[in-house]
Amino acid sequence: MIGEIFTVTFITGLIGATLRMSTPIILATLGEIITERSGVLNLGIEGTMLFGAAIGFLTTLATGNLWLGVLMAALAGMLLALLMSVLAVYLGLSQHVSGLGITLFASGLSMFIYRLVVGSPTIPPTVTPFTPVAIPLLSKIPLIGPSFFNQYALTYITWILIPLVSIFLFKTRGGLRVRTVGQNPFAADTVGVNVNLTRTLCVVVGGAFFGVAGAFLTLAQQNMFLMDVIGGRGWIAIAMTIFGNWNPLAGAGGALIFGFLDAFQLRMQSLGVNLPFHVFLMIPYLVTILALIGVSGKASVPAGLLKPYRREEKGG
Amino acid sequence: MISMNIVKRKPLPHWVRIVIPFAAVVITLLLAAIPILFAGGNLGKAYSSLFYGALGNRFNLLETFVKSSPLILTGLAVAFAFRARFWNIGAEGQLFAGAIMAAVIGIYFPGLPPYILVPFIMVSGFLAGGLWAAVPAFLKTKWKVDDVVTTLLLNYVMIHLMGSLLFGPLQAPGSSWPRSSAIADAAHYPMLIARSRFHIGIPLAFALVLIIWFINSKTVFGYQSKGVGINIRAAAFGGINTNMVILKTALISGGLAGLAGVGEVCAIQYHLLMDISPGYGYTGIVIAMLGNLHPIGVALAAFFFSIINVGAQTMSRMAGVPVYISGVIEGVALMVMLIFLLLSEYKIRWKRS
Amino acid sequence: MREVTKRFLDVVANDSVTLELFPGEVVALLGENGAGKTTLMNVLFGYYQLDGGKLLVRGKETVFSSPKDAIESGIAMIHQHFTLVPSQTVLENVMIGVEESFFLNMAKARKKLLRIEEQFGLYLDPDAYVWTLAIGEKQKLEILKALYREAEILIMDEPTAVLAPTETKELFETLKTLVARGKSIIFISHHLQEVMEISDRVIVLRNGRNVAERKTSETAIPELASLMVGRELLERLEHGESSPGEPVLEVADLHAKNSRGIKAVDGVSFQVREGEVLGVAGVSGNGQTELSEILFGQIVPERGSMKILGKEVPVGSSKAVIKSGVARIPEDRISTGLFMDLSVKENMILESHVSEPISRNGLLNKQEIESFALSCVKSFQVKTDGIEAPVKSLSGGNLQKVILARELVGDPKVVVACQPTRGLDVGAMEYVHQVMLDERSKGAGVLLISDDLDEIFLLSDRIIVMYQGKIMGETDIEHADRDKIGLWMSGVAS
Repeated sequence: MIGEIFTVTFITGLIGATLRMSTPIILATLGEIITERSGVLNLGIEGTMLFGAAIGFLTTLATGNLWLGVLMAALAGMLLALLMSVLAVYLGLSQHVSGLGITLFASGLSMFIYRLVVGSPTIPPTVTPFTPVAIPLLSKIPLIGPSFFNQYALTYITWILIPLVSIFLFKTRGGLRVRTVGQNPFAADTVGVNVNLTRTLCVVVGGAFFGVAGAFLTLAQQNMFLMDVIGGRGWIAIAMTIFGNWNPLAGAGGALIFGFLDAFQLRMQSLGVNLPFHVFLMIPYLVTILALIGVSGKASVPAGLLKPYRREEKGG
Repeated sequence: MISMNIVKRKPLPHWVRIVIPFAAVVITLLLAAIPILFAGGNLGKAYSSLFYGALGNRFNLLETFVKSSPLILTGLAVAFAFRARFWNIGAEGQLFAGAIMAAVIGIYFPGLPPYILVPFIMVSGFLAGGLWAAVPAFLKTKWKVDDVVTTLLLNYVMIHLMGSLLFGPLQAPGSSWPRSSAIADAAHYPMLIARSRFHIGIPLAFALVLIIWFINSKTVFGYQSKGVGINIRAAAFGGINTNMVILKTALISGGLAGLAGVGEVCAIQYHLLMDISPGYGYTGIVIAMLGNLHPIGVALAAFFFSIINVGAQTMSRMAGVPVYISGVIEGVALMVMLIFLLLSEYKIRWKRS
Repeated sequence: MREVTKRFLDVVANDSVTLELFPGEVVALLGENGAGKTTLMNVLFGYYQLDGGKLLVRGKETVFSSPKDAIESGIAMIHQHFTLVPSQTVLENVMIGVEESFFLNMAKARKKLLRIEEQFGLYLDPDAYVWTLAIGEKQKLEILKALYREAEILIMDEPTAVLAPTETKELFETLKTLVARGKSIIFISHHLQEVMEISDRVIVLRNGRNVAERKTSETAIPELASLMVGRELLERLEHGESSPGEPVLEVADLHAKNSRGIKAVDGVSFQVREGEVLGVAGVSGNGQTELSEILFGQIVPERGSMKILGKEVPVGSSKAVIKSGVARIPEDRISTGLFMDLSVKENMILESHVSEPISRNGLLNKQEIESFALSCVKSFQVKTDGIEAPVKSLSGGNLQKVILARELVGDPKVVVACQPTRGLDVGAMEYVHQVMLDERSKGAGVLLISDDLDEIFLLSDRIIVMYQGKIMGETDIEHADRDKIGLWMSGVAS
């Protein structure tokens, strides 16, 4: 039985699916890492992803252009992120509550706009989704080729973004400023870094990541928009941010584990193996909670996280 | 360039704090006109059908009460927790915990008489929700693990736990859907008004509003939990066992959410199913904020949301506005309320330079 | 700076203040807590915008809308609380804000930093993480940060407050080097001795106004002191004969770590007897805070025991300490002592809300609470709009009175006060001092922890000095000598 399941085809398929399914989570995690590194926890992630999924899908449905859908999803995410930034950065409202407010608002808005555009047909409309792009030569390598180099373009882009985000954060002027703003906004202000502007930029860039992550689900992984298309992946990204210690490489690693578990249980289901697949889906959440216990009290949590920054608070 | 400064203002008179939520509701309804107009709806028709659909006749009004009961309970749950700065985002999961407990007892103890079975289910459901909430509270007090994230994650653990039960031991025999068998008739909440779904859980929810108000304002525990919320350091300095206060707060908070789940199983669905809650736990957060964390405020906010939810169905039919407008209104209401609360303590100063 | 005015809500923090600074000089800005020194400097640094007056840099009128503008004009400020990122390296902390290129050029920055270190004799490892640095080193880093930005004017806000005397000496050497190379320094302090030692000119602020300007060489400590407080310094209050009785508070061999896991209290033992004030002196940050937290029951010591009125009290329990009747005046009244968002009434019952008659069977008794709060407000003359007013509407002195009332109303036999007059104006300070002495004459044993040496001398019958968590020495007031105590404070046993 085991031998029948773990064939070469199965393994390449599993690896391929893992990379595919982890793509939106990696994207969202990268966005959240940039956001949190600047000192903002964006719990609007789940709603922002749904909004990106809806806008991306509807754009493509209307125009037939997949990349235009991705672009609009990014813009949609940035728009909501801007709202988040007005509430949580400029007005200094509780980041928790603002973020949840964005999620609620965006969820309602996504469904509202979707229904407004498509009405309530019995069969949900679909688009022709992205197709995997086989990279010449590389995709011919046995085992590795079909699994690693026959993916969606967005998946390749995501994998390129992982080191790029890491380089940005740790090797560039902007990254140093972002980290300083997240760790000690007062210090950043005293050396002339505009704290709230830096935070806003990070939140907005993060929003673009969330939007595209959502669109990946409706334009690549699936070809339609459903109310529960995000299914908690935003919260998973929050968890992976912590799990990865606010480090892009480690965060992506965590997302990959999640993608693997998800892909594995789906394959098992489709093979008719009677696994309690819900138990599988529970694992990443439990692991993250354990990781949270592990990192509690460690220094890598951006010290300025959750704290709004206002200059004229008190007199000296 | 124009720059913005936020400056503390002098404390406003008490009545302003009471007026704020009502003003927020008005502003929200004004803002909600934008998507309604965008959807091609006629504003007058939309809002009149909204309110008629929620309050216009006996059936609609009773239905609004029915829908308000889980919202009151989750709203109270969140408000009670937030007051002590236990950031319980997990009312949804705690609601599921209560619902699962209700289904298990309702299915496996069919022989008990209703006057024993119903209270037994209520107490067990309360405990199930409470203990589920106590997990993140324990992690918070023991290892300082961020409660926002843990309560959020535990929702998904509970959803998948429920999923594995509904695809496993609790699945109704012969069913291929994730749905349990029906609970025993003796486990049904008694109905109080004929030809309606007005069940005993509704006055119970309102009674709990008063009980929580009493706990908050008249008891030592209410003083302590408020103190822990306002300044945990000072509370500890004053000899308050802050960890114990947080744990007890979580227990009560989760218990209230659990009761909401019990109500859905024992008075509405009579089965356990995956979509037993359309997000009552999350809506509870908005309700708690809109009610300014005060129990009476929570009851009013929950009733308002219930009007929106029930009325949106009618509005959708009559004015052609998608029913999801209710979600938009809820989100807008929260943000408007947040901004109003900010403005009650701070002034915004614009500067041109 | 000409006639600079700065308001917060309706509080005027600076009222037409004028300050001039010439190249190569050290100007001391002298004033009590709350005199408006820090606010004035934050205006100069572009952190606050001025509400009136003018700012002239090198003769040209300038408007600073943010610190960035100030930095570009060659002004740097070294804040009392360092503006460093502990999780980053020295080099990263130095180069932030002036990185020059999109990709960080570490090699170039390192070279520049090392050159500056060489030039000014301030040596730090560029790759050390800031959290590993000692306080004195962090201050060096702040100075390096300013020099890296080619600052010509350095504002130093109470730089010695956190330093031990030896570190202060080192800092003064550095400052002299800086001035010799043409830099100008504004030195904010309320320590007269230091001002005399380092400055060329002194500008005295009081209640947000200029009161005087003197050449340092033409003035002396007594004159500056009276200018600063507006009258002669506080006299030693009438003490009455000290007749200490039985020990009321005894601690033995206390050991504790601070929140960062570093040893903070290292084998402290002492006794406080009834009818005496025991003063604990020391440079702040030498374990006094942690000692008070042990005595208050806020933290659990690693080791050690505590006896109150001869009875063993479990350590690490606020509840137990409260129950044994100790009055506790915490160091930070806003973050530890009070619920700022609650009413006066609710703050008064913080420690008594679990005991009868304030509450019974878990229910609060409204009448009892109100009459208790009213009597507290009355006997300590708390200025408030009634017991329902939120405490955040009270002034600093009245906040302290709320705490004093709550703690002292039951005639305690033991009083532990940590920095009880920090941040208070002179009137409130004298009130607190009088209350402490009243408690003493009523027979209580008072433990006074303070980093204000004048206060220690004013009130104590006996003095112990803490240095790096240890008691360096003990003396009674008759034999106390400032020089000896100063040596103990810097860790020199004698």
